[in-house]
Amino acid sequence: MNVETGIAKIETRDLDFYYGPTRALKRVNVSCYKNRVTAIIGPSGCGKSTFIRTLNRMNDVIPGTRVEGTILLDGKDVHAPDVDVVELRRRVGMVFQKPNPFPKSIFDNIAYGLRINGMKDKRKLEEVVVRSLRGAALWEEVKDRLDENAFALSGGQQQRLCIARALAVEPEVILFDEPCSAIDPIATAKVEDLIETLEKSYTVVIVTHNMQQAARVSDYTAFMMLGELVEFDVTEKIFTNPVNKLTEEYITGRFG
Amino acid sequence: MKQARRKKIAQFLGFFLLRAGLTLVLAILLLFLYDIGRKGGGTISWEFLSQAPRKGMTEGGIFPAIFGTFLVTLITAILAVPLGMCAAIYLNEYATQGRLTRLIRLSIRNLSGVPSIVYGLFGVILFVNIMRFGTSVLSAGLTLGLMTLPWTITASEEALKTVPNSYREGALALGATKWQSIRTNVLPYAVPGMLTGTVLGLARAAGETAPILFTGAAFFLPYLPKSLGDQFMALPYHLYIMATQHHQIEQVRPIAYGTALVLIVLVLGMNMTAVVIRYRLRRKRR
Amino acid sequence: MRKWASLEESVIRAFFLTCGILAVLVLVGIFATLLSTAVPAFKEIHLSEFLLKKNWDPTSPEKAEYGILSMIVSTLMVTGGALLLAVPIGIGVAAYLSDVAHWRVREIVKPIVEILAGIPSVVVGFLGIVLFGPAIAKIFHIGNGLNAVNGSVLLAIMSLPTIISISEDALNAVPQAYGEASLALGASRWQTLFRVKVPAALSGIIAACMLGMGRAIGETMTVLMATGNARAFPHGFLSSVRTMTANVAIELGEVPYDTTHYYALFAIGLVLFVMTFIVNLVADVILRKYQEREQ
Repeated sequence: MNVETGIAKIETRDLDFYYGPTRALKRVNVSCYKNRVTAIIGPSGCGKSTFIRTLNRMNDVIPGTRVEGTILLDGKDVHAPDVDVVELRRRVGMVFQKPNPFPKSIFDNIAYGLRINGMKDKRKLEEVVVRSLRGAALWEEVKDRLDENAFALSGGQQQRLCIARALAVEPEVILFDEPCSAIDPIATAKVEDLIETLEKSYTVVIVTHNMQQAARVSDYTAFMMLGELVEFDVTEKIFTNPVNKLTEEYITGRFG
Repeated sequence: MKQARRKKIAQFLGFFLLRAGLTLVLAILLLFLYDIGRKGGGTISWEFLSQAPRKGMTEGGIFPAIFGTFLVTLITAILAVPLGMCAAIYLNEYATQGRLTRLIRLSIRNLSGVPSIVYGLFGVILFVNIMRFGTSVLSAGLTLGLMTLPWTITASEEALKTVPNSYREGALALGATKWQSIRTNVLPYAVPGMLTGTVLGLARAAGETAPILFTGAAFFLPYLPKSLGDQFMALPYHLYIMATQHHQIEQVRPIAYGTALVLIVLVLGMNMTAVVIRYRLRRKRR
Repeated sequence: MRKWASLEESVIRAFFLTCGILAVLVLVGIFATLLSTAVPAFKEIHLSEFLLKKNWDPTSPEKAEYGILSMIVSTLMVTGGALLLAVPIGIGVAAYLSDVAHWRVREIVKPIVEILAGIPSVVVGFLGIVLFGPAIAKIFHIGNGLNAVNGSVLLAIMSLPTIISISEDALNAVPQAYGEASLALGASRWQTLFRVKVPAALSGIIAACMLGMGRAIGETMTVLMATGNARAFPHGFLSSVRTMTANVAIELGEVPYDTTHYYALFAIGLVLFVMTFIVNLVADVILRKYQEREQ
């Protein structure tokens, strides 16, 4: 598959993933380019969430799983023995399917990642919290109630809070695992706008079951099925002139 | 028509029987509490609570027994609470599915079913003989501690299970280490539940007699234990003696009733405390 | 800094693992201690004599006898009697709470049942002496009421909370669709409860009863205080009996160290340990099979 070249921030080579004996990913080769949004689409159970969770080694915490093949972050294997998984996860942030704020105040949610990394300076913390909330387009809505519990926010606000929380630790890549599947359409539009602005400073990978969303926000799209990568190309090409028949059938809604 | 009627009658009688069963259980409990409350209540006085037994334990109070029970429960807590919580943290947060984990879980479940007198026998060998603590409040406390351990582990694990996984994953995804995610994002929400379960376990330990029979409880001591190597008087053992071993058994019945009342108030009081802790901390979290 | 962090992580992990392994060590330790202390007893006593002879008279000046059959039978009698009372009542109460009672009644009754579980066994034994003993003596016209019936009643009361709460969990775990299907066919609630729900929850209920049984076998203070402790082989529920637990409790305090008698008491402890271990293990297997099926 020939794709216009850029700088590949993340690259997977023949990535296999197993849940016990079940092979959930089969030789997946995808490149995620710097300052671009890469969307992963496909029918449910195709392995797209599994794929994105291997990128920051989030699947390590699930017992009985195994990865084969290579994942390169800036050309360096993330499974290399000298790579610290904790540092990797700081560099590769993640926003989950369901908004998962911690049962703390809004401020403490954002400051959480900084505090565990040892930042104590109160002024600096405040500065980062404000910047992150601005970055996640949430500042105007919450600036007067930073001390309130994060659960008091609406679902869409919670999801943007989680994005702000991810931004606060200054990651290089942000992974979105179906970020809009649990929130309403208006909130979805806000999150989508946000993703597009994030592209300027970060490498973004988004898993979505919503093809319109992929078409709207992404530069590149990977279509997966049954654990295999079917097609990977510039988004426009995937949606207008796919090479593979399966891709065409999927995007025209014949199955899925 | 007839069929339907018969069904209705059967159901009425059936439900009546079930209700009678429940009433019986509640009546027994009420009878227990009423009898002890009424007959024990008359004995309770400041003197009874604050003084040592006198005249061959036919007069005076039960203060040494209250103190001893307090002390032995404290030792129990020091052994069982931290260890139980840590073992639970291992099982729920760190353990991977494997033979070792299965073995640990199996052991814990079975330990909670080992008869208390068997713990007593074990305590005699391990603490009294091998470790040479003698029959002492330390041996008794450690024996009770081992007995309480499976309860505190199980209760703590239940509490940890109620913390949603997304708290752990969310923290890890922000670059927290495993321990950081547990310490800052799991334990704060699990501790109330852990405490509740632990206090319930300690309440049971405080009321136990069989494990301390041969590991350190004394029939009568004119003084309070001065060190952990001394023997001690305990409420449950004192009640046992007053109820069965005293030479003037009818004469000391009021003292036995009073002891039973104090013991019940203590144990049920601990249970209540546990429930209140849970309620309070839950509300605070909101 | 990062290196330190990962070192710290492994130290913490190892620490928690140690705590977990301690549980295994305690179990193995209990078994090993009992076994090693019980073994010397069998230098003088034949195992068959120990388990099958009725007479227990270790302090006899002529010929010491070490048969625990009377105690085993006493333990089984008291436990069996307790189950006879507690199983129907326990299942009935559980069924009532899970299916008949208003939720408010349930909210009130459940903590009350927990209070019952919280009453120390020595208090229950005391009540056996002062409340049930005289009552039993009056009902059956016998001299005193400290006998197997008294022990059974008390143990029934003590195992009820276990049986009720675990059976109720099992009944609540039965999928609602079962009950609804039965009701839709015109069955009454009563028929549905006992023909559909109880059978569906049966393995959980059996496990509950076994756990209650384990508790009854191992209970010491209550039987020690309320069953009279006669060494003779029991002739019926109105005889005074001495269970294994009670015998250990009575004699261990007075027995000289390093004698066959001393070791024989640990052998009784070992028998108790093995009995309860088997009962609990079976209950555990049933419960886990059941839970797996539920998932």
